[in-house]
Amino acid sequence: MLNVLYFASFREILGQAQEQLPADYQTVDCLLKDLAARGETWQQALLHNQNLQIAVNHDVANRQTAIKAGDEVAFFPPVTGG
Amino acid sequence: MFPHICIQEEDFDLSTEAAKLREGHKDIGAVVTFVGTVRDINEGDEVSILELEHYPGMTEKALEKIRLEAHDRWHLEASHIIHRIGKMYPCDQIVMVAVASRHRENAFHAAHFIMDYLKTNAPFWKKETLPDGAERWVDARVSDKEAESRWAK
Repeated sequence: MLNVLYFASFREILGQAQEQLPADYQTVDCLLKDLAARGETWQQALLHNQNLQIAVNHDVANRQTAIKAGDEVAFFPPVTGG
Repeated sequence: MFPHICIQEEDFDLSTEAAKLREGHKDIGAVVTFVGTVRDINEGDEVSILELEHYPGMTEKALEKIRLEAHDRWHLEASHIIHRIGKMYPCDQIVMVAVASRHRENAFHAAHFIMDYLKTNAPFWKKETLPDGAERWVDARVSDKEAESRWAK
């Protein structure tokens, strides 16, 4: 299984903070395409969002990053702390 | 020893933190501290509340990476980062960066570097509440990204 997390505005737009998904994706991009199939909101927030930020196991990642069972994948907007 | 990275809801006292940073160090010639505070205005609108969200686990890891890189580049003797989360109000302290080194030049650069990197690399997000109760997420600024890029090796 994959642990998928959504933060900040993504959490609000997508209506959830966290979910468990089967780990049958080779890369983040494959996971994104599957999530985008859920509808317009998911497409806009994730797949077609130039500002999408990705982390895999707490490290900055990108769409080509490989993922496997047990990984934690997080999606969020650009950070604004400080 | 005290923790080098603190993510906390509670406020902090700069003098106390600076004293802890210097404790046991006789080789320090410079201490530079920076405190970020909540503004009551953003994008031309009055802000009543600022709420900070973070990504537990990744935040600590990202901050530690930034801190260690600063140590590596400027040979610091000690450093400490505090970032608050949760609800804050205008004039509240949000963030503190404190560094100590033998010479001031290194300390100034390191503190500046840590803040610039923190702004674009540590997973914190700000949400503002306006006086009429409307809420909005704060957008990332191009100027923050530019500030980060000046430290590229």
